[in-house]
Amino acid sequence: MWEYTDKVKEHFINPKNAGTIEDADAVGEVGSLACGDALKLYIKLDDAGRIKDAKFKTFGCASAIASSSVLTEMIKGKTIEEASKITNRDIARELGGLPKEKMHCSVMGQQALDATLRNLRGEPPVAQDLEGEVVCECFGVTEDQIRKAITDNNLSTVEDVTHFTKAGGGCTECVPDIERILEELKGQKPAVQEPERTEQPMTNIRRMQLVTRVIDEEIRPSLKKDGGDIDLVDIDGTIVKVALRGACTGCPSSQVTLKNFVEKRLRDRVDETIRVEEVKS
Amino acid sequence: MRVVYLDNNATTKTAPEVVEKMQPYFEEYYGNPSSMHNFGGLVQKEIALARESVASGLGCLAREVVFTSGGTEADNAAIFSATGSQPDKKHLVTTRVEHPAVLSTMKYLEGKGYEVTYLGVDEKGRLDMQEYLDSLRPDTALVSVMYANNETGVIFPVRDMALAAREKGVLFHTDSVQAIGKIPMDMKDLPVDYLVLSGHKIHGPKGVGAVFVRKKSPFRPYIMGGHQENGRRAGTENTTGIIGLGKAMELVLKNMDQKNDEMSRLRNKLEQGLLGAVTNSKVNGETLNRLPNTLNISFSYVEGEAILLMLDQFGVCASSGSACTSGSLEPSHVLRAMGVPFTHAHGSVRFSLSRYTTEDEIDLVLEKMPGIIQRLRDMSPFSADSEAICATK
Repeated sequence: MWEYTDKVKEHFINPKNAGTIEDADAVGEVGSLACGDALKLYIKLDDAGRIKDAKFKTFGCASAIASSSVLTEMIKGKTIEEASKITNRDIARELGGLPKEKMHCSVMGQQALDATLRNLRGEPPVAQDLEGEVVCECFGVTEDQIRKAITDNNLSTVEDVTHFTKAGGGCTECVPDIERILEELKGQKPAVQEPERTEQPMTNIRRMQLVTRVIDEEIRPSLKKDGGDIDLVDIDGTIVKVALRGACTGCPSSQVTLKNFVEKRLRDRVDETIRVEEVKS
Repeated sequence: MRVVYLDNNATTKTAPEVVEKMQPYFEEYYGNPSSMHNFGGLVQKEIALARESVASGLGCLAREVVFTSGGTEADNAAIFSATGSQPDKKHLVTTRVEHPAVLSTMKYLEGKGYEVTYLGVDEKGRLDMQEYLDSLRPDTALVSVMYANNETGVIFPVRDMALAAREKGVLFHTDSVQAIGKIPMDMKDLPVDYLVLSGHKIHGPKGVGAVFVRKKSPFRPYIMGGHQENGRRAGTENTTGIIGLGKAMELVLKNMDQKNDEMSRLRNKLEQGLLGAVTNSKVNGETLNRLPNTLNISFSYVEGEAILLMLDQFGVCASSGSACTSGSLEPSHVLRAMGVPFTHAHGSVRFSLSRYTTEDEIDLVLEKMPGIIQRLRDMSPFSADSEAICATK
């Protein structure tokens, strides 16, 4: 069973703004029955040009319905300019996160919004030939859509691209193409940074708090599942000293755990410069 | 909340009699059957009885039963025995709708240089006998065809297929995990070389299964170690599991016809009720040769995972062939092999009953389901009118 957040469940069971707007100012539609999910978004503006009302019709799983519902809530009251800045990450964040296999539902929300705003500007609904070549024939995903998902979400593997765009999730024939695009975009990426990080320089106190939290909430529970445990011994700048306990002691793969799991998780979640060292105690 | 469990093709409730039978072998009689002392010997005797019970359910000899960790291991054992014992034969025949325990093993063997023929099915999930006969070759090492399909319940003509294979000197394996306990089995009358069953699908414990290996058919050990299972499957026996499986087999065969009749009565009530109450709904798979407990039904324009989560609100457990439930992005390989249109495949729900299913439970589903589908359809951009526009595939 998928692990959905309470917010996803709430928006699925009691969706906000399901329905249509008869005299909508703009309508956008993405997806298809064949793909397994589809979303039609309707918006109505007030005199000042703000989005007064938004409604949706969605065919899809719980996370697709929840993404649509939360999207309508997010854009209501916003100007077109403000709404156009919403990304799929914003949608996922508003839901308290989505399972990574379901991130494509948030992408669908963003694409529907995009299509709606194009419709408002009198532009044709995104024709695929305008968006570059179709890479994934199974789900009709274009090269530009894949590029956008990679840069917006900082994706680095084919698996990630599949989770976000569905590309590569069918016959897998396009996997080499996705690998090529990933390769091409490598090195062009550093522009994308977690906004939190650039806004708030990492102070020592902040880093210590975050390290403690990530170890307590994510790393330790995960090690405990395998009978292991971890103690945080010291934090010295970006060096985090830990001791592995339980089944981890004497486990031949404990060094791998330390680098590939503990250090990687702390780098992902807290600070990319963190180095984890094991202390024997 | 009350649980209405209609997902018995996934797993079943362990029968209370089975749990009771197993209990003493955890705490009191925990001996190792291979030990010299009487304490272990006592467990050995129970395992022998369990083997007799399974053998009697299959109409075979006790020594033709090899206990395994479950259906998947048993399927692997059969397939690798056939290939390992005939290294010159590099062709295999199976169907497109097998369980992953077989399909993934076939894919693996393809990577090792085997050629695999995947038999297709028609829109009702049926095999083409002529296509099958034409697929058999002098270098065919094994035919592997499931007895009944786990998603649709469609039953294959395994007896006729196995006969044809035997005439051509080709080994035959059938994954009968879903059929055991619902279809009478007699190995004297069913000319297969290998047949596989699983404990937890017949109200036995999880983690135990068995493979029937006909006396003269080849078997290749694949786990090295001790001499357990007559040297065929090393490792200290899953004593409690095997004892539980023996009991489960005994129970499932008791009044089988009567239990089948009751399951099929309730299943038909559910089927007719849903088809009548929900427009644009349709049964997947043929309804004639079908397990008595299985109903695979599609509701157009809505998505299966959403249906399941709505049902979950009422404690109703079922499963779906929709893409979203599987973690993959495409709907069930079984429904796709049958050519079920995407409109239907994404909105498919499988209800599978058991001997414990009650009329009340079926009534609850019949009461809730139309409202759930209506709610999701109200939310869906698709309907019978709009279908032409969006069916791109």
